[in-house]
Amino acid sequence: MREVAVVAFAQTRHTGYDEGLTEPELISPILQEVRRATGLTRFGFTCSGSCDYLAGAPFSFVSALDAVGAWPPISESHVEMDAAWALYEAWVRLQHGDVDSALVYGYGKSSQGDLREIMTLQLDPYYLAPLGLDQVSYAALQASALGAPESELTGIVRRSRADGRANPYALDLPDPADEPAGQEHAVHPLRPIDVAPPTDGAAAIVLAAGDLARDLAERPAWITGIAHRAEPHYLGVRDLARSPSAAGAARAAGVGKGPVDIAELHAQFSHEEVILRQALGLSSGTVVNPSGGPLAANPVMATGLIRVGEAARRVMDGTARRAVAHATSGPCLQQNLVTVLEA
Amino acid sequence: MPSDHPPAPEESSAESLVAEHVLEFPGGYTRTTGPVIGRFLTELREGRIVGVRTAAGRVLVPPLEYDPETGDPVTGEYVQVGPAGTVRSWAWVGTPRKGHPLDRPFAWALIELDGAGTALVHAVDAGTVKAMRPGLRVRPRFRPEAERAGHITDIACFVPEVSTMAAPIRTEYRVRPGRSLARFLEGVRDGVFLGGRCAHCDKVYVPYRTTCPECGSTIGEEVELPDTGTVTTFAINNLPDPRAPQVPFVSAYVVLDGADVPMIVLLGDVPARDVRQGMRVRAVWVPPEERTLSMGNIRWFAPTGEPDVRL
Repeated sequence: MREVAVVAFAQTRHTGYDEGLTEPELISPILQEVRRATGLTRFGFTCSGSCDYLAGAPFSFVSALDAVGAWPPISESHVEMDAAWALYEAWVRLQHGDVDSALVYGYGKSSQGDLREIMTLQLDPYYLAPLGLDQVSYAALQASALGAPESELTGIVRRSRADGRANPYALDLPDPADEPAGQEHAVHPLRPIDVAPPTDGAAAIVLAAGDLARDLAERPAWITGIAHRAEPHYLGVRDLARSPSAAGAARAAGVGKGPVDIAELHAQFSHEEVILRQALGLSSGTVVNPSGGPLAANPVMATGLIRVGEAARRVMDGTARRAVAHATSGPCLQQNLVTVLEA
Repeated sequence: MPSDHPPAPEESSAESLVAEHVLEFPGGYTRTTGPVIGRFLTELREGRIVGVRTAAGRVLVPPLEYDPETGDPVTGEYVQVGPAGTVRSWAWVGTPRKGHPLDRPFAWALIELDGAGTALVHAVDAGTVKAMRPGLRVRPRFRPEAERAGHITDIACFVPEVSTMAAPIRTEYRVRPGRSLARFLEGVRDGVFLGGRCAHCDKVYVPYRTTCPECGSTIGEEVELPDTGTVTTFAINNLPDPRAPQVPFVSAYVVLDGADVPMIVLLGDVPARDVRQGMRVRAVWVPPEERTLSMGNIRWFAPTGEPDVRL
C-alpha cells in the first residue's frame, strides 16, 4: 500500500441555524484555509461528499465546485454520502500512484429542511419510506433494541456537550441537567438530548502521499488502515443492538493491532456510541469524541469527515500517537467506515 | 463559540430574505417492483402477507430478492405468514408527524410474523404506551379491499391481539341497617352520637351496638357521647368520592371523647397537609331542619384549635 496521510484539516464554526450562506460561500473559507496550510493551489484529485436532498435541488453539489476552482479542468468526483467516503475514494485514487495530493470536502445545511423527513428518502422505497419512518423513529427502534440504561446515555450526552463547549467549532449546548424539565420524548425511548442537533457546516481535508506528505506537514497523520463494510438495509433482518459491519470494518482496518489513544465516533444518537464502542472493541483507556462528536455538532455529510479530521489533528499536534475515526451512513448504522491514523 | 441561535436580522435587510421551495413528484414517482416485491405487494392487496424462503430455509418477510446472509438469490417459494405476529422491539411516537401512518400516538415496531424468520417494520395502534412491550401479540388491520392498492400501507397498522375484555356486572339490592345502626342513626338525626357500654368489659363502643365484640355479652347500656374527639390515624385520598367535599380529601379515625374505639369520619376545613395524629376535632353538623336518618347529617369533622393530644 502506498503511504497516505492527512496533512491539513479545516472546518467551519458550525451553527445551529442558517447563516444565509450558499454552499459555495460556506465551503470557500475552509478551502482557502487548507490551501494556505499546505501551500497547494491545485490537487491531483478532488472529491466531495454531500446530499442533494438537503438543498432539495438536483446536482446541487455541482454548484459547490464554484468554490473549488475547476478551470482548467480538474480531476474531480463526488459521493452522495458523508465526505468520509469521499476521503476513502481519494485514498483509493492516491493508491494508483500517478497523483500525490487530494482535496476532500463535505458540507451540509440541515437548516433548510426537516432532516428527520429528508432522511426518510434514503430508505428503501417499497417497504420503509412509504410508512413515513423518519430518522428519529428508526434510531429510537435501535435504541429500544439496545436498551442501554438512561443514566449511561445521559453521561454520554453530558460529556459530549461539555467537550463541545470547549471546542470552538462545535455548538454551545447546555449540560443535560440544565435543560428545561418535563421535555417530551422525541420518540420514546429517545429524549431530545439523545439526538444530535441540526447543524450547518463544512469541512475539508488534504491527503498527500509519501514524501509530499512529509514535505507538507511536520507530523503527518498516516492512514495505516481504512475499510468500510455494510449490512442489509432492511431493519427487520438485522440485530439492531449490534453493529457487525462496524466490527468488520474495524477488524479490516486493524483497530485492534495497537492501543487507541482517541476515537472519534460518528454517533448521531447517544445509544450509537454504546454500540460502536463495543463493535470497535475500544477499551476504557480510549478517549471517545474529545471534540464533542456529533452530539455537539452534526453538519450532515461533513460529520464523518470531521471525525477523520479531529482524529488526524490530534495525531498531527502530538496529543495522540494512534487514533481511530469512524463514519457511518444509512439507517441505524447500516454502513460503517473505520480509519486508523498514526504518527 | 458558535451559538445555536441565529442573531435577529433587521426586518428590511437582505439578511431576512427567505424563499419557500418544494421538491415533489406530483402523483408520486412510478417505480417498478420486480417479481419478488411485486408478489408481496400483490398478495398484500388481497389481504395476505407472504414471505419468501431462502436456500437456507429462512423466511424473509417482507421478501427481499437476495438472502442478506449470503447474497444468493432467494428461492421462488412464497410462504403465507401471520397474519399475527410478535413485537420484538418498539419505539413510541407521542407526537405523530404529517408523514406518519397514524395521526394519534402510536408505536413503531419490529414485528416477527408467525412463520417468518425476520421482522417487519410497521406501526402499532396500541392506544397507550403502557400497552407496548416486547412479546406483545399483534395483528394487521388491513384497509378495506376497495382502498388497497398493492402498497405497504394496505396494512393501515397493526393492533394488539385481544388479551383482556370488560365483563359488565350489576345487580341491585335493598339493604336495611339492622337494629343497632338504626338506633345510632336516630341519635345522629337528633344531633348526638350514641354508643354502647359493655358492663363486663367496661368499654364504650361507637357506633352503638347491642353486643360486645370482645366478650360477646349483650350490651344494655346506651351512652350519649360528645361530638368532639381526637384523630388517631388518617389517609389522604386522591381519588374523587361522591361523599367527599373535594380532592384530595382526608378520611380519619377519630376516638370520640369517652369512647374506647375510633370511628371513621371525613375531615374538612383543614388542608390535607396540616392533618396530624393527635389533632382535636369536632363534628360539623348540617342545620337541624335538614337532618335525616343519615350520616349525611355530619358534613365532616373540623379542627377545634385545642392543643394536640399525646396518643
